[in-house]
Amino acid sequence: MEELDGEPAVTVIPGVNSKKNQMCFDWGPGEMLVCETSFSKKEKSEMVPSCPFIYIIRKDVDVYSQILRKLFNESHGIFLGLQRIDEELTGKSRKSQLVRVSKNYRSVIRACMEEMHQVAIAAKDPASGRQFSSQVSILSAMELIWNLCEILFIEVAPAGHLLLHLLDWVRLHVCEVDSLSADVLGSENPSNHDSFWNLVTILVLQGRLDEARQMLSKEADASPASAGICRIMGDLMRTMPILSPGNTQTLTELELKWQHWHEECERYLQDSTFATNPHLESLLKIMLGDEAALLEQKELLSNWYHFLVTRLLYSNPTVKPIDLHYYAQSSLDLFLGGESSPEPLDNILLAAFEFDIHQVIKECSIALSNWWFVAHLTDLLDHCKLLQSHNLYFGSNMREFLLLEYASGLFAHPSLWQLGVDYFDYCPKLGRVSLELHIERIPLNTEQKALKVLRICEQRQMTEQVRSICKILAMKAVRNNRLGSALSWSIRAKDAAFATLVSDRFLRDYCERGCFSDLDLIDNLGPAMMLSDRLTFLGKYREFHRMYGEKRFADAASLLLSLMTSGIAPRSFWMTLLTDALPLLEQKQVIFSAEQTYELMQCLEDLTSRRPVRGESDIQQLQDEDIETTKVEMLRLALARNLARAIIREGSLEGS
Amino acid sequence: MEEIYAKFVSQKISKTRWRPLPPGSLQTAETFATGSWDNEENYVSLWSIGDFGNLDSDGGFEGDHQLLCDIRHHGDVMDLQFFDQERIVTASSTGCVTVFLHHPNNQTLSVNQQWTTAHYHAGPGSPSYSSAPCTGVVCNNPEIVTVGEDGRINLFRADHKEAVRTIVWEVHFHPSNPDHLFTCSEDGSLWHWDASTDVPEKLSLFHQGGRSSTFLSHSISNQANVHQSVISSWLSTDPAKDRIEITSLLPSRSLSVNSLDILGPCLVCGTDAEAIYVTRHLFS
Repeated sequence: MEELDGEPAVTVIPGVNSKKNQMCFDWGPGEMLVCETSFSKKEKSEMVPSCPFIYIIRKDVDVYSQILRKLFNESHGIFLGLQRIDEELTGKSRKSQLVRVSKNYRSVIRACMEEMHQVAIAAKDPASGRQFSSQVSILSAMELIWNLCEILFIEVAPAGHLLLHLLDWVRLHVCEVDSLSADVLGSENPSNHDSFWNLVTILVLQGRLDEARQMLSKEADASPASAGICRIMGDLMRTMPILSPGNTQTLTELELKWQHWHEECERYLQDSTFATNPHLESLLKIMLGDEAALLEQKELLSNWYHFLVTRLLYSNPTVKPIDLHYYAQSSLDLFLGGESSPEPLDNILLAAFEFDIHQVIKECSIALSNWWFVAHLTDLLDHCKLLQSHNLYFGSNMREFLLLEYASGLFAHPSLWQLGVDYFDYCPKLGRVSLELHIERIPLNTEQKALKVLRICEQRQMTEQVRSICKILAMKAVRNNRLGSALSWSIRAKDAAFATLVSDRFLRDYCERGCFSDLDLIDNLGPAMMLSDRLTFLGKYREFHRMYGEKRFADAASLLLSLMTSGIAPRSFWMTLLTDALPLLEQKQVIFSAEQTYELMQCLEDLTSRRPVRGESDIQQLQDEDIETTKVEMLRLALARNLARAIIREGSLEGS
Repeated sequence: MEEIYAKFVSQKISKTRWRPLPPGSLQTAETFATGSWDNEENYVSLWSIGDFGNLDSDGGFEGDHQLLCDIRHHGDVMDLQFFDQERIVTASSTGCVTVFLHHPNNQTLSVNQQWTTAHYHAGPGSPSYSSAPCTGVVCNNPEIVTVGEDGRINLFRADHKEAVRTIVWEVHFHPSNPDHLFTCSEDGSLWHWDASTDVPEKLSLFHQGGRSSTFLSHSISNQANVHQSVISSWLSTDPAKDRIEITSLLPSRSLSVNSLDILGPCLVCGTDAEAIYVTRHLFS
C-alpha cells in the first residue's frame, strides 16, 4: 500500500466551531453528511448545537464543472462505440480501429483543454483564472500520458517507426516553437532577431531539419561570410537518413546509412569546420548526439522526455521498444541533474516507458482527482487485451473496478446519472447489481423523468426496481387524488394489492359522486383488468354502465347479475348493484328472465339476511336504516312485478 | 449526405424550437431556443446558426451554433414554445408557466410574465399545497394553453394575470398529419417518415423513430393542393401505391433524443447526452 505523500487537506466547515463542539458525519454514495453535535469538548455540554445546519460535503467537484461535462458526455459516446466494436475483428483492422478510438478520446480532451484555456484567458478575477489554468495543465498532462500510451501500447510501434511517433508526440506537446517561429519570421530581419539561433536550435532538437535549413538559408543570405558553412550544415541536415512511412528500406539498411552519416558529421567536428561559428558548432554537436551539448539546451528542451527523444533521434534512431526504459531512466536522471526530484507526471511517464501498465494506472489514479481518465484508458487497454485478468480481492478485475467507481461518481450527480447507466451495463460482474442499487435512489420529481428511469429498468428486466418505482409513483398519485394516474402506475407495476386499493377508491368516489372519473382509462383496461379482482369488477361495472348507455339492456342485465353471482363484486357494493338493477326492472319490456329474477331475489335475501341487528342507534343511523329499508322494499316489489311479467312472457312465447 | 453539426453544451436538452419566421419572409431559419432539464440550475437558451461573416481558424463558419443568451429557469423545462418573434413560453416541473422576452438590442432574456401556481395537486389555499409539473404548453397569440400532471388544462391570456379558464380533464394528444413526419425517440434515434407522393425525386432524409414525441413539419411543399392527398397517403392501406421513405438522421445512437423542431429545411434536436444537433439541409 502506497504511503500518503503528505497530510490530508483540511476543509473548514463554515459555521461549525469544531474546537468547541464535536462533529458527527456519515458517508453517502459520493458525499458526506456533517453536522455539529451537542456534545461539547469541555465538561459541560450545551443543550443545542450552535450551528443548526447539516452540510453535504462533496469531493468530486470535477463532475460539476461545465466544461468537463462535455468531456464526460462526448467520451460516453466513444466508450459505447468501443464496446460495440465487433469482437470478431482481429489483427490490423482491429488495431486501426482501436487506434482511432484512442485518437477520438484524445481529441475530446484537447477540445476541452482549448475551451478551458479560452475561459481562463477571459476570466474576470485572477483566482478563477488560475484555477482554470491549472485545470488546463492537468488536461494537458492527461493528454500527454494518453498519447504516450497510445504509441507504446495500442499502436505498438516497432523500432524505427517508434521514434517517428515519439517525435510527433514531443512536437505536439512542446509547442512554444510555433510562437517563437511566428515572432522571428514576422520580424523585418529574421536572422538578426535575438531569438534566431534559439529557433534554429529548437527546430534541430525537434528533428524539424527542413525548417531549420530554411532558417539557415536566411542567415546565409544575410551574412555572406558564413554562407559556405551554412550550406554545408544545410547539406548535412538534408542528408540525415530518416525512416519515412512509405519507405521500403529495412531497418538494417537504415542503420547502415545512418552510421555513415554520423561518421561524416564526426569528420566535420574533427576538422573544426564550424569553429568560426559557435552556434553552428553546437548544432553539430547536437546532431552528433553529444549529451553535454544537449544538456546545455535544457531551457529550450524544457523537460526530460524532450531530452530523451532528441537524444534517441541523434544517437539511436532505430531504438527498440524494450530498450526505451534504459534511456528513459538515464535521461530523467541526467536532466534533473540531482537538483530536483521527479514529479508524479515524470513517474507516470517512466512507468509507461517501462511498459508497466499497472503502475501507470495506479500512479494516475493517485495523482488525478477523478476516475474519468483511468477508467477510460484502462477500458481501452483491456480491449487491446493488455491487462492480465488477475482478480482484485473484492471480486472484480481492475477495469471493472475503475468503471464502477467512475459510474458511481456519475450517479452522485443530479444529471449525469444517465451516462452512468451505460457504464454499469458493461461491467459483467457487479454492474447489474450496482445499477439496481443506484437506480432506485434517483429522485423522481416529474413523470417524464420517472418514465425514463422506468424504461431503463424495463429494458434490463429489472422487475423489482420497476415495481418499486411504480409503487412510489402510485402512492404519490393517490395522495394527490390522481386516481387514474395511480391506477395506471399500479397496472404497470403489476401490483395487485395496490390496484385493489385504487379500485376501491374509484368505487367509493362513484358512490359519493354518482359518476366515474378517468373513464377513458377504465374503459380501455384490456387484459390489465385481470390484475386484481377488484379491478376486474371496476372494469366490468363500468362496462355495465356503457351497455346501459347504449341501450343494450339484455347484455347489461346479464352482466350485472354475473357480477354478483360470480362473487367478483364486493358484498358492500351489492346494494348499489341491486339499485342499478331497478331501472332495468322498471322498463316497459321484460329484460330479466324469470331465472335471472330468481337469482336476483336470492342475492337480495342473502344481503338482507346478513345485516346485523342494530341495538342502540342515533338519529342519523335511524334515518339511514329507514332509507335502507325503503330501498329493500322497493326492490322486492320491483322484483316481484318483474317475475310475474317474465313468467307470463315466457309462458306465452312457448305457446306461440 | 447532409452535414449535421453537433455541439456538447453541458446540459441535458429537453426541448428545442425554431424561432418562427415572419410571414412571407424568404429567410431560412436562423435562431432556435432550447430548454434544459434535470440540472440543479436549468436554463432557457437562445442559439443562432446565422453566418457571422468571419471565418474561424478552421476555415468554416457555417453550421456551428452559437449561444446568444440564456436565462435561469426554475425547475425542468418540460415544454417550450415561441409565443411570437420575441416571446418564449415555458412549462416548468414546478407547475409554473413563464413568458420570457428576448431583447435583441443587448441580446438578453428577461421574464415578461409568470403564472407560478398554474398547476397544483392541492391548491395554494390549502395547508398541504403541492405543485404539479406542467407538462405541455401550446400558444396561439394571445392565448396560451397549458396542461399538467394534475390533469388541468389552463387557458391564459398573455396580458392577464389569472387563468382565463380552467378545465379538469385527462389529456390525450393526437398528432395531425401533413406529408412529412418526424419523430424522435427515447432510444436515441431520429426518424423521418416521408409519405409524400408528389415529390418526384427521392429525398434522403433522416429517420427519427420512436414514441416519445411526434412532430409534423411546417410547410415543406405547397400545402394547399398536397393536403388532400397527404391525408389519404397516411391512412391508405395500399402499400404499393403509397410508399413511405424512412431514413435515419443521427450517425450514432446514444441517449434519448428528447425534442426536435423543423422549420423549412432546418432541423434541430436535443439529447440527454447533452448535445444539440443542427442541420440546414434537410431536403438536399
